[in-house]
Amino acid sequence: MVELSHDSRPIIGRDRPLGASFLALALVSVGLMVADQRYGQLERVRGWLSAVAYPVQLAVDLPFRAWERVTESFADRSRLRQENLELSARLRLANLQLQRFAALEDENRRLRDMRENSSGVADRALVASILNVDLDPFRHRVLLDKGAEHGVFKGQAVLDAEGIFGQVAQVHTRTSEVILISDAEHAIPVQSNRSGLRTIAVGTGDSDRLSLPFVTVESDLKAGDLLISTGMGGVFPSGYPVAEVTRVERTPAATFALVDARPTARLDRDREVLLVWFEPPVTSPATPVASDATATSQAATAPGPGMEPAAAPAAAPAAPPPAEAPQ
Amino acid sequence: MRPSNLTRRLFYWLSVAAGLVLAIVPLPEWLSPVRPDLALLAVIYWILTSPRIAGLGYAWLAGLLLDVLRGMTLGQHALGFVLVAFLTHRIQLRMRMFPILHQAGAVMALLAVYHFVIFWTDGLTDHGYTGSDRWLPVLSGGLLWPLIVAAGDSLLRSRR
Repeated sequence: MVELSHDSRPIIGRDRPLGASFLALALVSVGLMVADQRYGQLERVRGWLSAVAYPVQLAVDLPFRAWERVTESFADRSRLRQENLELSARLRLANLQLQRFAALEDENRRLRDMRENSSGVADRALVASILNVDLDPFRHRVLLDKGAEHGVFKGQAVLDAEGIFGQVAQVHTRTSEVILISDAEHAIPVQSNRSGLRTIAVGTGDSDRLSLPFVTVESDLKAGDLLISTGMGGVFPSGYPVAEVTRVERTPAATFALVDARPTARLDRDREVLLVWFEPPVTSPATPVASDATATSQAATAPGPGMEPAAAPAAAPAAPPPAEAPQ
Repeated sequence: MRPSNLTRRLFYWLSVAAGLVLAIVPLPEWLSPVRPDLALLAVIYWILTSPRIAGLGYAWLAGLLLDVLRGMTLGQHALGFVLVAFLTHRIQLRMRMFPILHQAGAVMALLAVYHFVIFWTDGLTDHGYTGSDRWLPVLSGGLLWPLIVAAGDSLLRSRR
């Protein structure tokens, strides 16, 4: 039984009209929703309010972070050594792959330059931690500890060590909200690494399943294919792993095959992610990038002498043609 | 002596703030959909015990703060909170005479109204999730109600 208070309402002659204030507040709520959703005019209001929310979110995050810190500092020596060994082994392996990758990247850039299509490769990244805060359980969103103060912008791509993680949906002053690629409202253009088939991967609301609803029955896709980002739409850098196809089910009568994929990024286990900046792919025939040393030397060797009389003397002192040949 | 209005006000605000904080504390994934709406339960409790303190404006503000904390469309939870607070005010004289189980049933009806508002506005803003587990907080809130009443009443009695 609820405790009665001494100031219970009189039954007759209530002190203020409840219905009127309810109506006013309800209308204000509806107005807020319309302004926020349809017109997006509340960025500033949301900014002020998130300044109130930020300390609360930090306070919720703090005990979890402190606990991690404590367990980390009391981690025993042998485990740290073990971890260290594993990491250096992985680093060696990664460096080995990187050596090959550097050559490939150069080649790729040259090829793309020829097509006057600058690649959307990430060139700057910022590490951000995921705050230990639960947002809506039915939306795949997380809160990062970096915001407008750190240059984060709406629509920025977020990656982790294994692949594409999501994109920034809301930017506040010191925090930002990220929508994961597994959110049911998210879609990302992808390409099969094996067959080059382009399609769209849509989130399902399940953190280890994406769905590819627009793959026709005849298309060349099978389980185990790696899906990489295409860079179309300009949100995500191109060529990063997104997901691996886990199931392809073809019903001959249907137009589309049932295709599922598992995201390569560890969406539900990550603690730290990368916010990346990259030059969006430029498709307009702008001036070719000639600042690159390798590009100019290539350009100097490729066309025969006498093609560009004005450019030849400029290139000659930097790299004499006889020395170029064995390279 | 009964607790003064000031201490009641203080308790009211502290309990609603605690409810708001608990609304974003990370839970294991299987438990997360069951998370009861503690802030709203606190608002209902205080409207029943001290209706003059727990007005509609405060309930609305608590809902708005929840919107900001969770990054939802502004006004969504605010509308749910103010509607539930209004309904509770209308039936509070009857509701506090109910036996506790009956009261828990009424609270579940209020929570269902609240979640319907959220569901509806989610649908309008294209965030619709139609799984049946989104109604689980109605059940968990109803089961938790006797505990909340017990905790609140003992808090108020200890301040007498």
